[in-house]
Amino acid sequence: MTTLNWGSISSMLVLFGTAILVVTVASLIKSSKKDLLVQVMTALGGLGGLAAVIIYWHRVSSDGAKLSFADTVRIDHLALFIIGVISSIVFLSALTLKSFFAREKLFRAVTTEIYVLILLSATGGAIMASANDLIVLFMGLEVLSLAAYILAASNIRKAQSQESGMKYFVIGAFASGFFLYGIALIYGATGSTKLAQISQKLVSGAFVDDGFLLGGIALFLVGLLFKVSAVPFHVWTPDVYEGAPSPFVAFMSSAVKVAGFVALIRVLGGALIESAADWQPIIYAVSIASMAVGTLAALVQTNVKRILAYSSIAHAGYILIGIQAATKDGFAASLWYLAIYAMLAFASFSIVAAREGAISGNSINDPNHIDNYRGLASKQPFLAVIFAILLLAQAGVPPTSGFYAKFSVISAVVDARSYPLAIVAMIIAVAAAFIYIRLLIVMFFTPADSSLLGGATMSKTAFSKTTSKTMSPITQLDASENSDATFDKWKKLGANKLNLAVLTLAAAFTIAMGVYPAPLLELAQSAAQSLV
Amino acid sequence: METAVFIVAAIITVLSAFGVILAKNPVHSVLMLMATLFAIAVLFVAQDAHFLAAVQIIVYAGAIVVLFLFVVMLLGVDLAENLRVEPIGGQRPLAIGATVATAVLTILLIIVAASDSSKPESGDLAGITQETGNTGVANLGRVIFTDYVWAFEIIAALLTIGVIGAVLLTRRAKQQEVEEEVVEKEGGQL
Amino acid sequence: MTVTQFVIASAVLFSIGVYGVLVRRSAVMVLMSVELILNSVNINLVAFGALHDNIAGEVFALFVITVAAAEVGVGLALVLLIFRNRKNINIHEVDLMKG
Repeated sequence: MTTLNWGSISSMLVLFGTAILVVTVASLIKSSKKDLLVQVMTALGGLGGLAAVIIYWHRVSSDGAKLSFADTVRIDHLALFIIGVISSIVFLSALTLKSFFAREKLFRAVTTEIYVLILLSATGGAIMASANDLIVLFMGLEVLSLAAYILAASNIRKAQSQESGMKYFVIGAFASGFFLYGIALIYGATGSTKLAQISQKLVSGAFVDDGFLLGGIALFLVGLLFKVSAVPFHVWTPDVYEGAPSPFVAFMSSAVKVAGFVALIRVLGGALIESAADWQPIIYAVSIASMAVGTLAALVQTNVKRILAYSSIAHAGYILIGIQAATKDGFAASLWYLAIYAMLAFASFSIVAAREGAISGNSINDPNHIDNYRGLASKQPFLAVIFAILLLAQAGVPPTSGFYAKFSVISAVVDARSYPLAIVAMIIAVAAAFIYIRLLIVMFFTPADSSLLGGATMSKTAFSKTTSKTMSPITQLDASENSDATFDKWKKLGANKLNLAVLTLAAAFTIAMGVYPAPLLELAQSAAQSLV
Repeated sequence: METAVFIVAAIITVLSAFGVILAKNPVHSVLMLMATLFAIAVLFVAQDAHFLAAVQIIVYAGAIVVLFLFVVMLLGVDLAENLRVEPIGGQRPLAIGATVATAVLTILLIIVAASDSSKPESGDLAGITQETGNTGVANLGRVIFTDYVWAFEIIAALLTIGVIGAVLLTRRAKQQEVEEEVVEKEGGQL
Repeated sequence: MTVTQFVIASAVLFSIGVYGVLVRRSAVMVLMSVELILNSVNINLVAFGALHDNIAGEVFALFVITVAAAEVGVGLALVLLIFRNRKNINIHEVDLMKG
């Protein structure tokens, strides 16, 4: 008989329930406080998910993993770890979104829908994290990504956002097709969609044949590598990130990617660990390619959003290193990297979103052009310092969390004796530092009104693109002065205090995890231990 | 007899699928898609999946394809064709190469697979079958609401997203809001 | 009947769908090609379900059909959105992002 243990899925129920509650309440209330109420509810939903995770973490520690719904849901430390990360991102997103809505008037009529979609997308991520069955995994993936496509297109008056949403949708649906075909072949080979049974079949060798299984693994990987934007399947990422509204990019690049990776870890590290020799070479090649291509492409970009998009591709490569090791330590390192990365990506794109606001009146230039960060240190020192901390962490500079994250994946892979991969990863890490140093120089050592360095760092095509749109240097100067005036106006709305608080929190987290990484690392390790 | 049914249905499936992607006129594509779906329903019947065949025709052919047709007609046939997206940059030759490679690889894998999967019921495999042995609608319903009840519940989230997404995306901004936005943008620039 | 013939039919259909996604530029056509891919998966699932004498394949196929319906709903909403804005807003604003 099927056991329905509703308690065990409480974190998902909280997220989903909040979403439904938000829709209902928002449709009943007409008052001007509606937006605030909806925001508070969403933030509470995120916190509630986190609380459920904490409660169940202890129960799972004492009673072991909880299986329910005919073994299709498995609440273990891995699931809880990831749901915790996703819930935190929901909480932080809810806090930062208000200033965005205050700035972008067109969003005001759809604020409720945005919060609901974020909650539902997070629900999908939580479903994936706790899936113990390929069908459930697929359904979770669809819930997660369908909401994300809509978020990407949600700036419905802006052609860029629409195009980004369409592109994301087409690529996502295409990737889902591969993922699904792979799952079907794995089902064909093993006769079951349940992860536990698949791994049993592989251990006992009682599966139909290698052909279906190999094809299934390959297509499954293609589908998921598209979702986490690892290298041969990364082409969509910079375009989609560039066009989508920045606060939602912050969500997509953190929560959505985390969910994609947890699916990889669950299936590869759990069900398919027996055939590790089949998938390890693929992950090996993909991770090197992701690190190299992501880093090199980020070096020549002139749009900060695109730089961050490419650097997220490089980070995907590092996370895959730990998975490639296929050891408990490797998965733990990947999970730990994933949590660190989620915070870094979220905070970095949130800063982009905030900085974008400073130039919202300036249609002459691309608001995310690297030149718009010139002299940020003198104009908004606080924002610049936080961004600097985040960038240094992404570069992997020692006192920050990024250093430990990179260190732990590389040491895991050294333990697994893949020395070439470790060496390549270290070399690329050094090269990657230039991406972030370049941004730091622009922010701290370039005066706001000089084009000295900007001209030198800009690539030729991008330069001509901007100059063709710019009327004269004088108007550009005026515009930039004006834009800061706009920013002051925006600041007076009082909406960005929460933003700064969230960003400060992210920076504090980044440094704290670098100085004292043990607690989170232990959580990641016990999460990895719960893999079958 | 069964083999004949399969051959006819499979040929119709493949030919009309080619029709879907090759037809110049989107309306023709939609009609070809309809033919593909019907032929696939026949393939389902050939494997005793009667309920699925019915769902395929009612939901797929009845609802989804009509939705496609509706959108194509609404946009106008020419516009529907012009509405471009470029998923992976415009690399036609690459696409052809990739597709051929995928096809060849898949079929090769399957032929390799087929060479040793002709005796599925024998030996080790006997242990694989679950207690949900026989087919039939009653059994299908039982399995959906017991073994896969969680996946069934998730559909709720999926449909909510569909509704909310459609509302959000197809919402028309009130003229006043658009003007406000424009004024604000210009105000910032002056 | 063996499962192989169904799997081959499905593989062919899958390849046609992939080709369609990569080659057709129109959003509506790409969506239809995605539908072909999903249908090829369904053929596979039903065939494997019969192979293993296990109804999970059919159940999975039902879920796939549901997901396809939701996906098409959102996809066509996106198409309508872009269409409407192209009619109202400058056409050269579309295709802003290249490479």
